[in-house]
Amino acid sequence: MSTVSTPLADSSIMLRRNLKHNVRNPVTMFNAVLFPIVIMLMFVKVFGGAFSVGDAYIDYVTPGLLVMAISYGLGATATAVNSDMTKGVINRFKVMDVSRGAMLTGHVVITTVRSLVGCAAIIGVAFAMGFDPAASAVDWLGVLGVIVLLSFAAGWLTVAMGLAAKTAESAGMAAVPLIMLPFLSSAFVPADTMGAGVRQFAEYQPFTPIIETLRGLLAGTPSSGDAIAAVAWCLGLALLGYVWSVSTFKKRA
Amino acid sequence: MRSSAIAVSGLRKAYGDKVVLDGIDFDVAAGSIFSLLGPNGAGKTTTVNVLTTLLKADAGTVSIAGHDVVSATRQVRAAIGVTGQFAAVDELLSGRENLQLMADLKRVRSGDQLVTRLLERFDLVESADKLAATYSGGMRRKLDLAMTLVGNPQIIFLDEPTTGLDPRSRRTMWGIVRELVAEGTTIFLTTQYLEEADQLADRIAVLNQGRLVAQGTPEELKRQIPGTHIRFRFADVYELDAAARVLAEATRDDEELTLRVPSDGETRSLRALLDRLDTHTIDAQEFSVHRPDLDDVFLALTDHTSTEHPSKEAIAQ
Repeated sequence: MSTVSTPLADSSIMLRRNLKHNVRNPVTMFNAVLFPIVIMLMFVKVFGGAFSVGDAYIDYVTPGLLVMAISYGLGATATAVNSDMTKGVINRFKVMDVSRGAMLTGHVVITTVRSLVGCAAIIGVAFAMGFDPAASAVDWLGVLGVIVLLSFAAGWLTVAMGLAAKTAESAGMAAVPLIMLPFLSSAFVPADTMGAGVRQFAEYQPFTPIIETLRGLLAGTPSSGDAIAAVAWCLGLALLGYVWSVSTFKKRA
Repeated sequence: MRSSAIAVSGLRKAYGDKVVLDGIDFDVAAGSIFSLLGPNGAGKTTTVNVLTTLLKADAGTVSIAGHDVVSATRQVRAAIGVTGQFAAVDELLSGRENLQLMADLKRVRSGDQLVTRLLERFDLVESADKLAATYSGGMRRKLDLAMTLVGNPQIIFLDEPTTGLDPRSRRTMWGIVRELVAEGTTIFLTTQYLEEADQLADRIAVLNQGRLVAQGTPEELKRQIPGTHIRFRFADVYELDAAARVLAEATRDDEELTLRVPSDGETRSLRALLDRLDTHTIDAQEFSVHRPDLDDVFLALTDHTSTEHPSKEAIAQ
């Protein structure tokens, strides 16, 4: 009746399940797509005029908004992972011969897909507001690569937080620091305009090199120093998230 | 003799100092219904979790469908289906999608047909395309059980499957369980409802404070409790007085106007009893044979728990 089950096939079945969840949960899509656009309009149309960044503000802020769009989608992932764990349905999967990783991989992949949708929306609106990137086709591929890598890394970290949280509410709260991080980076204003303490934090926190990499790529002047730091941060966070997720998942099993 | 579907021996599990299962042994014959009874906190769900590979025991062996739960976990998982205490359905999927998900994960060929058959069998066709979040408690349980049946598991674990269901849904559930056993499935059932165990189970084990305090058929368990008696009710207190003089061994209840006479409940002794009343022309309005039911058995076997715990707490305070 059944053939040999493979983790890959299980993952794609779980991914289809997660996709349906997302489409049916309008709040998730609102957070991932509409909310970053609202923030974008606020920063560009309301605050942006007062900021002096030496450049058209929309060109400065778009890379930061891409990162923010990614982090906004994370709350939904943490909540979804947690409700999978706290509702009985996870036990059903556990007593079946289903790949353990598949249950978590599905969430990471859907996080990445949601991030891509959110980022595409941001870029679309940015163009409508006069965004004028100088990026070549290769630079754009680099932008795509960074977005996917960051979503993947943040996705694993968020899955771990969702697993570690006791309730769905606290899982949503656990993702808040990740949502706040872009504000304490060079996303909206250059780090060297910030107060002491905050400035040092902004310079050394992971989102700054990631945002600077995106900024360089979109301006057509990629900097390899930032790019290496960005990739290193992403891989490090992904590994940390993965190890934390798997050990938490085993403990809760 | 039929082979064992489930064989458990010397099962122990403790969380820190708290011993949850303290050496449990039982066997379940293939194609039978085995019911684990016990008060809340007796260790029923822990037992189910160990048997269904969700939890590792500290000691003892568990063999499910001939496979050891520790060394052959995959084979065990392939042989079992589990319906837990809380309906494990995906609320953001429709009934049909929930079943399809199971069919996909179990790699069932022609899953569509199976899904349609299950929806029909569980009377869920009308709501098949509505989200499970909109289902009533009874419908969720039915969907849950239908999901468990995907892939035809040989052994099905039902952990309090009818808790919170109305009497009609409960009876529907019992009907389905009986059908499954008729098809050769083995059922391991935990329940708080003694009537349910009485109705369904071939064998019952009573779990109390992590130990099995009794095991047997429902009839065997009831026989362990002495106390079958005949109950007479009389029209007035004069009749009651007269009868009490004739039946000296009876205990009387003046408020209810009843006499309770210990008896084995067999026809010969019944006739003798009725003859004694008849020779004194005493007329009872009502008479009934009262056998101890599983409630009595349950209370008798697990009585000390309910009294022991509060006193311990009182001392601690």
